[in-house]
Amino acid sequence: MLAKKDAPDGTRRAAAVPDTVLDVSGLGLTIGAGARAVPLLADVTVRVAPGETVGLVGESGSGKSLTARAALGMTPRGARATGKIAVAGVDVLTAGRADLRELRRTRVSMVFQDPRASLNPVRRIGDYLTEGLRAGGVPARDAAARALDLLGQVGIRDPRGALRRYPHEFSGGMLQRVVIAGALSTEPALLLADEPTTALDVTTQAEVIALLKTLQSAHGTGILFVTHDLDLAAAICDRIYVMYAGRIVEEAAGTTLFEAPAHPYTRALLEASPSVHGDKVAIRAIEGRPKPLAEAPDGCAFRDRCPLADDACAAEVPALRAHTVRTDTVRTGAGSRVACVRPEEATP
Amino acid sequence: MTLTIPALRAKNVRRRRRTPLAVGLAAAFLLAVVAAAVLAPALAPHSPDGTDLLNSLAPPGSEGHLLGTDSAGRDVLSRLLHGARLSLLAPLGVVLLSGVLGTVIGLTAARAGGWADAVLSRGMDIVFAFPGLLLAMLVVAVFGPGPAGPICALSVSYTPFIGRMVRSLAIQEGTRPYIDGYRVMGFGELWVTVRHLLPNILPALIAQSALGFAHALMDLAALSYLGLGVRPPEADWGSMLSQSQSAILQGAPWSGLIPGIAILLTVVSVNVLGEHIGGSIGRKTSEGT
Repeated sequence: MLAKKDAPDGTRRAAAVPDTVLDVSGLGLTIGAGARAVPLLADVTVRVAPGETVGLVGESGSGKSLTARAALGMTPRGARATGKIAVAGVDVLTAGRADLRELRRTRVSMVFQDPRASLNPVRRIGDYLTEGLRAGGVPARDAAARALDLLGQVGIRDPRGALRRYPHEFSGGMLQRVVIAGALSTEPALLLADEPTTALDVTTQAEVIALLKTLQSAHGTGILFVTHDLDLAAAICDRIYVMYAGRIVEEAAGTTLFEAPAHPYTRALLEASPSVHGDKVAIRAIEGRPKPLAEAPDGCAFRDRCPLADDACAAEVPALRAHTVRTDTVRTGAGSRVACVRPEEATP
Repeated sequence: MTLTIPALRAKNVRRRRRTPLAVGLAAAFLLAVVAAAVLAPALAPHSPDGTDLLNSLAPPGSEGHLLGTDSAGRDVLSRLLHGARLSLLAPLGVVLLSGVLGTVIGLTAARAGGWADAVLSRGMDIVFAFPGLLLAMLVVAVFGPGPAGPICALSVSYTPFIGRMVRSLAIQEGTRPYIDGYRVMGFGELWVTVRHLLPNILPALIAQSALGFAHALMDLAALSYLGLGVRPPEADWGSMLSQSQSAILQGAPWSGLIPGIAILLTVVSVNVLGEHIGGSIGRKTSEGT
């Protein structure tokens, strides 16, 4: 359920900056109450502008999916949210049930990880694509025509026949196209893509990404791309947020992040992923295991796994602050922000 | 085998899949029973209540009485045919009533969660702990004999079986991403639950309902046997069994044996068919996933 708190300073209902389709600021999520309260997210700030692709990367359990779902008001049962989430100018945390449904119906769409699991197995593709439209008052005939058009746009062969088929008659890649067609049927301002290519093989992955980019440029949709694949994120995202233990630890442009990581965690992630380019380098795993926010150490959550950590890291949670990277290859990291006491040492 | 396109093959396999012999027999037997029940007035050679005391306890194969007569000289075949109506309709009523009640309660508990789930689940536990036959006897004691009382009482006592199953299936199914997918599309909880979640748990519900039908038939027969079901002149299989007790002692087992066999075969057929239907729907929906 959503927390419906009165605005203490009267600013929470203020309209969002018009050039953001998603504006999450200072989002905190806590489950349970009193002594048994477990924090899930803390001070998460994510912004997506129209037509922009923003990556949200991190290990499993870092809170990236939770953040994306919170943007739709889909917080876990019994969770309390603080901070502000505005989607296309609508304050999600204070919106009523009807407003929230209207928002989900018209302004935001979501693409999930496994296309096979994200379609009802007993309904035909045509039902899936037209149901939302018909619920919105579009006559059945027009909805079917629109569905046909959408299937053509996402490159399904024989769209007319596809409308009558069931999900199990399609391959994973084709199904993800169907899901994308459904997600774009309402021409949303924001598309939340929660690891949309993780369940697909690499060639299909490339096709689906290309399709998303094409449709994005056609409709000017803002995309929040949740993934654990840093290379993929760097390749397609304009900006990337790196999450660790329920917090944003770094924000940078895709290329900057890749070439000059400013947070030790980002750097460790990059060193832990294999690359087909350049010299052979040993893959270095990160010591320890990722911890949820509730179990993370005081101060910087990453300090128990960080090679650079010392006493200063335990003092307090490092704030996300502006940081400019200067290396041989990257001249500027304008707009980069990092939550580390000494990011200079992290950049290779 | 020749090369076939996977999508086409999946369709054809489903269509060509052989029906097991037992299922065919069960279906044929049930059809025959239903036909017998519907056409009872036309098929029965005698009135089910007509007594012929001079001809009582006639063995099967006697002239004019294919299955013999009971101790009151009533034609066993005629009573069997007429009794089929109530013996089938009453359990059907129980299955439908408990099915609807259990589904509504189970889905509500699963999807609403929290205190609603707690209240509904504990309520079902309480009913579950109370024996169905005892409840039915209580209802009969209060409202008098007749089929309506036991049907309602058994429906109530069967509801937790369906309700608990629907609840656990709905909770499990509710975690699947497509449910969230429809919520993300802006559909309300009720719409998603009824239109998308329910069809996916239907196979299990049908299989369970078939088992429930068999149970209800047995329980209702037991109630009739105890004299708490239908009123005496009217026939159902349970009451026929009950009234044949003395005849068995007199060396005429057929008047009890024949309705007993009818109950047995019907119960077995419903079980076989129910399991098959549940299984094949499950297969169809999970194919390829």
